[in-house]
Amino acid sequence: MNKPLRRIAVFCGILVLALLIRDNWLQYVRADELNSHKYNRRVEIERYAHERGDIIVDGKAITGSVETEDSDFKYKRVWKNGPLWAPVTGYSSQAFDSSQLENLEDGILTGNDDQLFFDRTLSMFTGEKKRGGNIVTTLNGAAQKAAFKGLGEKKGAVVALDPKSGAILALASTPSYDPSVFAGNSMEDSDNRQKLLKDKDKPMLNRALRETYPPGSTFKVVTAAAALENGLYDDIDAKTDSPLPWTLPQSTTELKNEGSIPCKDASLREALRWSCNTVFGKMSDDLGNRKMIEQTDKFGFNKEVFTPVRADASIYPEDNKPQNAMAGIGQASNRTTPLQMAMVASAIANDGKLMQPYMVAERQAPNLDPVYTHEPEELSRALSGENAQKVQQMMETVVKDGTGTNAQIPGVTVGGKTGTAQHGLNNSEKPYAWFISYAKTDNGSPVAVAVVVEDGNANRDDISGGGLAAPIARDVMKAVIDSKK
Amino acid sequence: MSVVTNTTTIGAIDAPSRRNTELVLVVFAVAISVFAYANVGLALNGELPSGMLGYGAGLALLGGVAHLVVRRFAKYADPLLLPLATLLNGLGLALIWRLDQSERFQALSTFAPAASKQLLFSAIGVGTLVAVLAILKDHRILQRYTYISMVVALFLLILPMFFPAVNGAKIWIKIPGFGTLQPGEFAKIIITVFFSGYLMVKRDALALASRRFMGLYLPRGRDLGPILAIWAMSILILVFETDLGTSLLFFGMFVVMLYVATERTSWIVFGLLMSAVGAVSVATFEPHVQQRVTAWLDPFAGWGEVAASEQMAKSLMAFGSGGTLGTGLGQGNSDLIGFAANSDFILATVGEELGLAGMMAVLLVYGLIVERGVRTALAARDPFGKLLAIGLSGSFAIQVFVVAGGVMGLIPLTGMTMPFLAAGGSSVLANWALIAILIRISDTARRPAPAPSPSTDAEMTQVVRP
Repeated sequence: MNKPLRRIAVFCGILVLALLIRDNWLQYVRADELNSHKYNRRVEIERYAHERGDIIVDGKAITGSVETEDSDFKYKRVWKNGPLWAPVTGYSSQAFDSSQLENLEDGILTGNDDQLFFDRTLSMFTGEKKRGGNIVTTLNGAAQKAAFKGLGEKKGAVVALDPKSGAILALASTPSYDPSVFAGNSMEDSDNRQKLLKDKDKPMLNRALRETYPPGSTFKVVTAAAALENGLYDDIDAKTDSPLPWTLPQSTTELKNEGSIPCKDASLREALRWSCNTVFGKMSDDLGNRKMIEQTDKFGFNKEVFTPVRADASIYPEDNKPQNAMAGIGQASNRTTPLQMAMVASAIANDGKLMQPYMVAERQAPNLDPVYTHEPEELSRALSGENAQKVQQMMETVVKDGTGTNAQIPGVTVGGKTGTAQHGLNNSEKPYAWFISYAKTDNGSPVAVAVVVEDGNANRDDISGGGLAAPIARDVMKAVIDSKK
Repeated sequence: MSVVTNTTTIGAIDAPSRRNTELVLVVFAVAISVFAYANVGLALNGELPSGMLGYGAGLALLGGVAHLVVRRFAKYADPLLLPLATLLNGLGLALIWRLDQSERFQALSTFAPAASKQLLFSAIGVGTLVAVLAILKDHRILQRYTYISMVVALFLLILPMFFPAVNGAKIWIKIPGFGTLQPGEFAKIIITVFFSGYLMVKRDALALASRRFMGLYLPRGRDLGPILAIWAMSILILVFETDLGTSLLFFGMFVVMLYVATERTSWIVFGLLMSAVGAVSVATFEPHVQQRVTAWLDPFAGWGEVAASEQMAKSLMAFGSGGTLGTGLGQGNSDLIGFAANSDFILATVGEELGLAGMMAVLLVYGLIVERGVRTALAARDPFGKLLAIGLSGSFAIQVFVVAGGVMGLIPLTGMTMPFLAAGGSSVLANWALIAILIRISDTARRPAPAPSPSTDAEMTQVVRP
């Protein structure tokens, strides 16, 4: 019986060998794949096993980490004044992943990023507790507060940029939400998140970056820039060729102005001051669809913007002639994000140079050493310095004695443009109030702002860019200027 | 009188008993387990755990008693079997104790610490070993109980059918005031006794009375009867108790023993064919089995929908997260597997916390037990002992393969426990009994031939003794 016994011994050996091979396959070859598998809860456990780094505004942390009683996740993310900063930070939830800065800078915040390799190795030897790095933002706390205070209960968004560098100074979206309410993984967190998701006001939508609106009359600034850049007009105080009434091309529809304002052959300055639809509609038609698209491209339209948080693309589409004419006054199929209109204002304020908008100034290792510092970067040359100054003069007239007087700040030169964008079929819904502006001091322009208010509650006749949005822009600009003093 | 003065040619000096080797290895096995406790405590709470002394002392006592009993009743037994079993039992205790510390488990309403119970069962297990060695002076006595064994085994196998299914399988019986028992574990040993006894008698008939057909020896119908009966029985167990593991184990073991008894390869071919037919036909209509097969083919596909798939996926992720060296005892998250983490899936904890290195070590320990068992079969002098030893070690090997292969996703999961390592009273008890019988057989096999009684007048006469 010994021969079969020996064979059985070999067979048993093969069984054990098969197990050993399988084990090597699992724990050596496939270890990384399984370890980082999306269903592997250990990834989440590890993420919250130590304190997450902070997001910093004005030198102070606007986030924090608290120790929890939870058996899986030791630390939980908390936000100081969550609703105020949620449009900037996004959320980081134990159960529901993360978004925006919390998501994009996760590597630094958890301390796992390759940029922190040296730091990690060092602390391995010194026996320091693992901790995440910090993200220093460009935001200005006073401006952010002013933006939120101005928007108040109304739905809307504010974006403020530093025209010289592209730094984002304020990024507000209302109604906002407190990411702390679903940062954990309890049933309560889940309920809170569901409530937010079901809210018809969409508090978790970042209106400043992810919502596109018809830009309304604020777009006339872009049309004016296109006219100057393409040599359609040269002198902003010379008469334009603008009949009144003016009929849309290939159509019998007359384009109307708001009230009886002096728009017949009005100069560029006067047309912008009174926000003449006929003048800018015809201007857009004279330039044609292609040239308008080219100009909007230079302002950053038609592609997504990364701040590094992604902003939706603002679009100026290829269109037929009547649509293109309407788009020239921001009233057709062109749509923009508040960020995009702030970029338009900042490019004009910065003498035509459009800077890449950004909100991460510095990434810090846990020991506060910077591992990355942002260098301002030119995105494009939107218009020539000369033409930019012409548009500035026009916009300053608007604020001085036009539709935008509500944005005046004593002792500061302010340029702006109002907008009241109709929306809904046949203008059935309440319009959006827009205002874009910049402020100028002796050292150039420190701030450009775009404000949009989509207020369903306001009385229809009260809705106008000058009335609703301009005071908010003024307060934000004032906050920035004051904080620089 | 001294053996040295014996002038006969046989066995002048005692064969080495290797008992001291065994003692050193037992001490080593206990020490490793105590270190494992210390490791868990230091990792979880930063201090030596209070349970360490109790479990360590308990395990040392068990190992010591077992060793002394072997020294007394089975002097020439294989010196590796006891230390290897002690090592696995001790390591298992440490792992179960570690899982008891899991906050995730403690939060569950169904949680009950299992380590102290496991220590109790280990004690009963070692008690069984003592009893077997003390009472069973010669394994050949078991031969007398061939048919009684068959009846008892069948009874034990059928018993769970009258009890409600637990987690989809009817393999438990509930004894009020005592807990649950898995009779299949004991049936495994008892049926081996039956097979050994039956095959020892029938091996010639099975091996020789056959016709040649296409290069294979086909056995006669009347000899084929028993194998068909066993095959049918294992399929029936599978169907009624949805216990894939046990039926696979019985059938595999029977094929192995048949092959050894008859020395005919044809039995293996038949065995494989029949198990294939059985497995495929059952898999076509048994949803429990189908689920396991689906979970095996793509464990991640059923995430969040099918519990079996999710459990399988969690097990694989535990292995993957362990990597080469593991996270260290107490520092992994193998308890994420949840239910059955300390029984069927205990290897996932080994994989995650001790890593590839620890897993290979554990698998090799199992491999060593099996190969020592096969060696015992080789060394045994009687066909019954050979068959019994190969049956026991074969079933041990198949069980290890089926369980470990199952949790590692090599084969579909069947729901048996890892011998010694997993929490479970029946399993620990039965496996200690199995080791005890192997020790008994190895003692008989390695015992030197009895020295002839010295004759006082040998020198005077120099004649051949009667």
